[in-house]
Amino acid sequence: METKFALGGIDYLIMIVYFAFVLGIGWALKKYMKNASAFLEAGRSIPAWVAGLAFISTNLGALEVMGMTGSGLKYGMLTAHFYWIGAIPAMVFLALFMMRFYYGSKARSVPEYLKLRFNEKTRGLNAILFAVMTVLASGISMYALALLLENVLGWNFNVSLFASAAIVLGYTYLGGLSSAIYNEVLQFFIIIIGLLPMAFLVMKDVGGWSGMQASLAPIVESKGFAADAWTTTWKYTGTGAGNPLGVAWYGIFAGLGFVLSFGYWCTNFLIVQRAMAAESMTAARKVPLIGAIPKMFIPFLIIVPGIAALVLLNDPLKGFALPLNDAGQPIYDYTIIMLLKQYLPAGVLGLGVTALLASFMSGMAGNVSAFNTVWTYDIYQSYIRPSTGNKEADDKHYLKVGKMATIVGVLVSIAAAYIASKFGNIMDFLQTIFSMINAPLFAVIFLGMFWKRSTGNAAFTGLLVGFLLALVHHGLTQPEGATTLVKGGWLGVIHTYPVEMAQNFWTAIIAFTVATLLTVVISMLSKRTKTDAELDGLVYSMTKKLDDSGVVWYNRPWFLAVIVGIIMIVLSILFW
Amino acid sequence: MLDIRFPIGLMFSIFGLIITVYGLATIGNDVMYARSLGVNVNLISGIFTLLFGLIMLFFSDPMKKLMKRK
Repeated sequence: METKFALGGIDYLIMIVYFAFVLGIGWALKKYMKNASAFLEAGRSIPAWVAGLAFISTNLGALEVMGMTGSGLKYGMLTAHFYWIGAIPAMVFLALFMMRFYYGSKARSVPEYLKLRFNEKTRGLNAILFAVMTVLASGISMYALALLLENVLGWNFNVSLFASAAIVLGYTYLGGLSSAIYNEVLQFFIIIIGLLPMAFLVMKDVGGWSGMQASLAPIVESKGFAADAWTTTWKYTGTGAGNPLGVAWYGIFAGLGFVLSFGYWCTNFLIVQRAMAAESMTAARKVPLIGAIPKMFIPFLIIVPGIAALVLLNDPLKGFALPLNDAGQPIYDYTIIMLLKQYLPAGVLGLGVTALLASFMSGMAGNVSAFNTVWTYDIYQSYIRPSTGNKEADDKHYLKVGKMATIVGVLVSIAAAYIASKFGNIMDFLQTIFSMINAPLFAVIFLGMFWKRSTGNAAFTGLLVGFLLALVHHGLTQPEGATTLVKGGWLGVIHTYPVEMAQNFWTAIIAFTVATLLTVVISMLSKRTKTDAELDGLVYSMTKKLDDSGVVWYNRPWFLAVIVGIIMIVLSILFW
Repeated sequence: MLDIRFPIGLMFSIFGLIITVYGLATIGNDVMYARSLGVNVNLISGIFTLLFGLIMLFFSDPMKKLMKRK
């Protein structure tokens, strides 16, 4: 299957305008980058709606978009669980109960919160794992971008890699976190505007939602599922076998809705950093809620077209096909690419391609801007060169270090991208491993925020052992049909899961449970090292309740949270 | 600090303008729009993009300042 696009001059013109704006924003912000706080924390001056859009945009990277459209084809509407139950409760919880401690404690990063609440070694462990994880993630996304440009636009791999790295470096070096956040907002709008024509045309082609349901019925029944299994979310989750995801409702609730999503949305600094850059405490608490509203509608833009692609694939008259890999299997991640190619003429095609490019780049920029903060504050300032007490000189010094870290972060990402191109499996493996840090981290931060008795040593042990046991579980289990050790079983296989998703869920559940139990038990056995007064602003019961009575009712986080909750419930019922 | 609505508005106005003009220039080009089911998707998309860009520009700080001066 030919994957190359025939781009016209007009499509390139749109791309060039976009790059000019991206770099221009960095340039315009350059004059504000006077100290480390401005560069690494955006000077805590970002309006709530801007940070809110950046908050979800960070998660809307191109790999995510391509993967989700492919999942729409493979698993149908159940994929929307990642946007509803698998995101919204966690985002609301972060906004209402956790954001005030991240923001109010004056911590500059999630690892620094661990230092303030627990101790230095807990911060160190988290900071180092996080720094490695972000650079890896940025390298993998660079590699994927260069590969895509080679396959789809016919550009040279090396040139694509260095050109995209140079643009990302350009605007993050010039404008720091503010520049990354602003460009994420730009990316958010261009994704919507660039993909909307495709979503509209594919739905028109399959006869709208009802036409799609009718065409899907025979296709899905021949796979052994109920006729509407691809257009419903909860209906067939009574058993794992009844739905294409292979997970029953309690697995979706516990695995996706609780452990995975709370671990990701509430503790991943890459995400939380956007809210920490907000201009005020109320703004910071509103950020996840403002992000949640568009988040809930993204499935209609990227998942529903994927479901429609299943209809197209089974209709020979449409002439729609996916490229095949070496083993002759369709590459589902290319679904959205092939949809763009199928429907968009020159002009809007340029917008669609630019949308994908934009989301790749802002994904990299997001990782780089989180990496440089953690490196500068949590590693360099903590272990290599502590503050000297001279505030002005320190500020200048750490600004310089932050800028250098940006360059180094991009260079290491390029190296990681080349490793990924030579030994893709190793990178997949490392990424799987580092993703295991989130579940125990959530357990530890949750206990730290809501239980004043939890101690530093307990948190450190919980974090470390939870992570190690997640590794062991991954090493001892495999999804069915796994051909490489990347998928698990590298210590010998004692259990086989029906699908990879189930293995991921259980890895997270085990890591979370172990970290929670260990932290609780060791805290009970050890002496408290922090007094009640020291925990003011860090622990729920030790901190004065927030008073929102001075805030207009429609600006109060609780009010927004209720709106978000209602929308989610209505959507879940409509697509039950 | 820079008001992000200004660059967003400016960029999408330019995008909208380019695509609208291109859509107008290609009216009746049935071969080109066969893939988009006969819809001149450039014209429609271009107008909406332009509208979005102009609304963002209208509400941006630099625009408000300009209005005040007048």
